[in-house]
Amino acid sequence: MSEKVLMKGNEALAEAAIRAGCRHFFGYPITPQTELAAYMAKRMPKIGGVYLQAESEVAAINMVYGASAAGVRVMTSSSSPGISLKAEGISYLIGADLPALIVNVQRGAPGLGGIQPSQADYWMATRANGHGDGHVLVFAPSTVQEMCDYASLAFALGDKYRMPAMILADGLLGQMMEPVELPEAITPEDLPLKPWAACGHKNRREHNTVNSLFLVAQELEDSVIEREQRYAKIKAEEQRAELVLTDDADIIVVAFGAAARIARSAIKLVREQGIKAGLVRPITLWPYPKDSIANLLPQAKAFLTVELSCGQMVEDVRLTVNGKVPVNFFGHTGGIVPTPAEVAEAIRMTDKGEQFSLLPYKSKLIATEGGPK
Amino acid sequence: MSEVLFKRSSLLTDKITNYCPGCTHGIVQRMVAETIEELQLGGDTIGVCPVGCSVCAYDFYSCDMVQAAHGRAPAVATGIKRSVPESIVFTYQGDGDLASIGMAETIHAATRGENITVIFINNAIYGMTGGQMAPTSLPGQVTQTSPYGRDVKTAGYPIRVCELLATLDGVALAERVTVDSPKNVRAAKRAIKKAFQYQLEGLGFTIIELVCTCPTNWGMTASKSFEWLRENMLPYYPLGVYKDAKAVAAEQASAASDAKAVAAEQASAASDAKAVAAEQDATAEVADIATNAASAKAVA
Repeated sequence: MSEKVLMKGNEALAEAAIRAGCRHFFGYPITPQTELAAYMAKRMPKIGGVYLQAESEVAAINMVYGASAAGVRVMTSSSSPGISLKAEGISYLIGADLPALIVNVQRGAPGLGGIQPSQADYWMATRANGHGDGHVLVFAPSTVQEMCDYASLAFALGDKYRMPAMILADGLLGQMMEPVELPEAITPEDLPLKPWAACGHKNRREHNTVNSLFLVAQELEDSVIEREQRYAKIKAEEQRAELVLTDDADIIVVAFGAAARIARSAIKLVREQGIKAGLVRPITLWPYPKDSIANLLPQAKAFLTVELSCGQMVEDVRLTVNGKVPVNFFGHTGGIVPTPAEVAEAIRMTDKGEQFSLLPYKSKLIATEGGPK
Repeated sequence: MSEVLFKRSSLLTDKITNYCPGCTHGIVQRMVAETIEELQLGGDTIGVCPVGCSVCAYDFYSCDMVQAAHGRAPAVATGIKRSVPESIVFTYQGDGDLASIGMAETIHAATRGENITVIFINNAIYGMTGGQMAPTSLPGQVTQTSPYGRDVKTAGYPIRVCELLATLDGVALAERVTVDSPKNVRAAKRAIKKAFQYQLEGLGFTIIELVCTCPTNWGMTASKSFEWLRENMLPYYPLGVYKDAKAVAAEQASAASDAKAVAAEQASAASDAKAVAAEQDATAEVADIATNAASAKAVA
């Protein structure tokens, strides 16, 4: 144990899931999550597990639904367009209170988009994984080690709260190689029993039903509000964020995943020039780590969010800051990753008191709507 | 002494179903329950109910039940079966669910030879949503969304599911039955039981298509709808066994043994022929000797 191995993010996540006792994987081919499914296809048959290539993303997520209903630890992985297709099944998982791990190795979008890294599924992941009131736990790794670490965390919290959990990665994290320390392996037998599972009652208990249908409106309202109460507890107890150099910072950069790696380098650059910038790196995107941001409000002159999108998470930062100080945005989208120099410049502009939401367009920075005046 | 000839299956709960009066769902649901009970599989069975009139079937069966999204029952059943391989898994689906929105799931579960049993209710209409055109609605059939009759030029043709699936190697049993008479109900029950038995034997994907009625949305009485079924549905959806892999295998085995017998016979015939030839040779030899002797005699 504790030996470091060099692995791709996608493969590290797959191995970590297996070590977390997952023996059921249902998926459909899509770039850039390919290595994850390929790893499962190779490993699962050797350890008595199930790798099944479904006929579609829709079928894959419904196989996940069936396996979870039967009580096993189960996962799927895909990338942005595939996650759109899974939205129906994710809504049913939420409605039936079923845990499952869904990995989204994001790529450029909308539509078929591209295959380069993106964070433009933030809204989908945190707001709309399908129809209805409901959420999934969302984890945002920033290193290959975290691709690995959050797999078992996502499974454990999904089981604890009986809800789906998502790892929102991107093409960069999926494809890059870094040294990683793999976790100790547990087996499915080590996992807690699920007395609610529909796995055959063996004439030893009442029959179980897994269901999201409530034809009586009052029953549906009760069921949804029961879940909301669970969400309230999760929002209070499960927020996670990493703080980098925030002790003395008055410019707070907020960035997750791959963007946080760039932001970290940019902060190093501007600190050399005397700008007191720090980073809040959300690890859970739902529940959003509002407390980490709120705690820094008294010392912050301004916030700057950096994303691989046209600005999605920035809305959560603004909701938390609530107009007290400016919240700027800088991003790239479509699969382009900003350089540390670009982000450093955005930090310097923020430090000078400029207020903006900026996207690069044909070699120029253009303002987009939404920045507070 | 009284003898129980008929009782409610223990696989059914006491819940009153939501099916309309005269609907055939009740018959089929009961036969499935009786089959599971007779095979003593209640504790090992997991049923998957669809979206459609049988959406609430999780309330009607006393085995473990999972409710699936529209059309996804075969995928959900796949997930269950792959997680609890020793269990018995069935889906109960209507024509819109199985042959329209869920056709991909149906075909791929079938071609994978997924070891599950699909109970398919074909009544040529969407029931729960109030009588829209189904993938199995007949040419010319008037429904809420084909008010001038199904025009095959624009709405295409009905799908014959058993015929379609019978072409796939993963299918162990594809049989079409109906429930319009006691005789046909008994035949349907036998088919359902066979499907569950095949699943127990691990033979692969089994589907029983039941040609059923929907008096409410057909706008007919129950008895009139059976007449309509016989006059219109059965000619388009002929009853019968479309695939029975076990029977085919048995036939092939018997054909092989027949062939062996024929070969043995031929071999024996050949050896007979040889014997005859040898005999003929011997006879000829004797004749030759006789001739020679006669010649010798003559010479002498």
